[in-house]
Amino acid sequence: MDIAQLKVQAKKIRRDIIKMLGEAGSGHPGGSLSATDLMTGLFFNTLRHRPKEPHWPGRDRFVLSKGHCAPVLYACLAESGYFPLAQLLTLRQLGSCLQGHPSCQDVSGVEVSTGSLGMGLSVAVGLALGAKLDQKDVRVFCLVGDGELQEGQIWEATMSASHYRLDNLCCIVDNNDLQIDGRVKEVMNIYPLADKFKAFGWQAIEIEGHDLKQILAAYAAAARSKEKPTVIIARTVKGKGVSFMEDQEDWHGKAPNKELTAKALKELE
Amino acid sequence: MEKKATRYGYSEALIEMGAVNKNIVALDADLSRSTSSELFKNKFPERFFNIGVAEQNLLGVAAGLSLMGKIPFASTYSVFASGRAWEQLRTTICYSNLNVKIGGSHGGVLTGPDGASHQALEEFALTRVLPNLTVLVPCDFLEAKKATLAAAEIKGPVYIRLGREPLPILTTRETPFIPGQGLLMKEGKDITIIACGSLVFESLQAAVLLEKENINARVINIHTLKPLDEKIIIAAARETGAIITAEEHEIYGGLGSAVSEVVVKNYPAPVEMVGLEDTFGTSGSPEELMRFFHLKDTDIVIAVKKVLARKG
Repeated sequence: MDIAQLKVQAKKIRRDIIKMLGEAGSGHPGGSLSATDLMTGLFFNTLRHRPKEPHWPGRDRFVLSKGHCAPVLYACLAESGYFPLAQLLTLRQLGSCLQGHPSCQDVSGVEVSTGSLGMGLSVAVGLALGAKLDQKDVRVFCLVGDGELQEGQIWEATMSASHYRLDNLCCIVDNNDLQIDGRVKEVMNIYPLADKFKAFGWQAIEIEGHDLKQILAAYAAAARSKEKPTVIIARTVKGKGVSFMEDQEDWHGKAPNKELTAKALKELE
Repeated sequence: MEKKATRYGYSEALIEMGAVNKNIVALDADLSRSTSSELFKNKFPERFFNIGVAEQNLLGVAAGLSLMGKIPFASTYSVFASGRAWEQLRTTICYSNLNVKIGGSHGGVLTGPDGASHQALEEFALTRVLPNLTVLVPCDFLEAKKATLAAAEIKGPVYIRLGREPLPILTTRETPFIPGQGLLMKEGKDITIIACGSLVFESLQAAVLLEKENINARVINIHTLKPLDEKIIIAAARETGAIITAEEHEIYGGLGSAVSEVVVKNYPAPVEMVGLEDTFGTSGSPEELMRFFHLKDTDIVIAVKKVLARKG
């Protein structure tokens, strides 16, 4: 898809997210909406995958380390054709394959189960290492939250990625600057981010995370990296696209009621 | 009797498999000399990954490798493999049902002078609660080798408890090893001693002592803690009417608990447990510690008499 098409697709994804959460009555809109443009650019432009052949060995791998943002992943998978769109409305229901946090045993297109923060980047390192070992042209992407960077395991993984020169690995930080208890800097400061990753031997790219042109350029730059893994630090707005959710920590893990769902959908028309 | 540590059975199996299967890879967390995974590294350096002192990442990276079709064997001390990285084992590996194999070495008090921090006495409890996970506790070098070979054949996560100290080799190359099937080591009708790991040897010694007092003890080796061979345990309760469990581990949550759960649900019979009781380990020589924590054959004999007194 080109940028104009991606913009349309991103809006659709945002609508899917709101509808899913409105129906489910619980879930995480803030981080799903902040990551929507990053995810749309990835799934509908950059990622080499075959939704009708989810286990195709040559596919690029994606790991959603911030598993609570399952709604944006499910929407991207459904919009890509992994499963019917109608299934999105079963989110978080008993018996649904769309668990509150992604379960790879239940849903096609999810590489590994996540939900406990800090774990996904290690898996991505293993995937990238496995691809290198077999000399496979496979890229590995991992989306992490900024609050998630407070987990020690993230830095264990970061250290090992550069140690093994995993230039096929790209970590995307959804830097919306909010976590459950407030501003990231106030809860537990993680900044400066680019310097930290650089000190750990990574290539760091800083972008505006809602600018699809910058997003695609960053993914392309990551592909050109030699010897070094790449981190894309994407400045985003939590709840992006829905005015009353934007930059509000309160919308981290709360679903909109009927009225607010309608209001949000109207804004996303 | 020849002695060799179970950790060497693990690496010998890895090397054997590595020679014929390119998908076998090994990882360690800066303990490759202790766990013996170094021996695999020496043969197949391109398929060995040192993750450094980072056990959570160790299991995560192994998970990723398994998703690329590799059969990763990740080793470190069992305190770290089952404790430090427990949630990675739970959520990343077991919940995803990934084909990751974990070698937890230096389990139990036989770890010796390193003391409590390094003596895993909780790993059975920590691992047997995890769905999808197979938990293997080999009793000697040969069984450890077979357990490691079997682990590669199992589709899904496997945890293997290994030890530092050389143990007498009780089994032979021909002794079968079928995961999930307890092994009858000695027939007997008065009492059954159900043991795992290093305590299988002590149990067989205890059975010899008991014969001298005309007590005919059956000895079963539970090399697979999960899935547990319920059949062999129920038959033991029914046929001998009393059970001793013996493990180099905390009895609460360990083999003692696991066997008791089966017995009370199916065929209630008196059970006594030999093992550590709500305590940490301590520094000392392996042999001293076995005595200090009452894990010797003579301790098993005492427990047998206690349970026989309760037998109806």
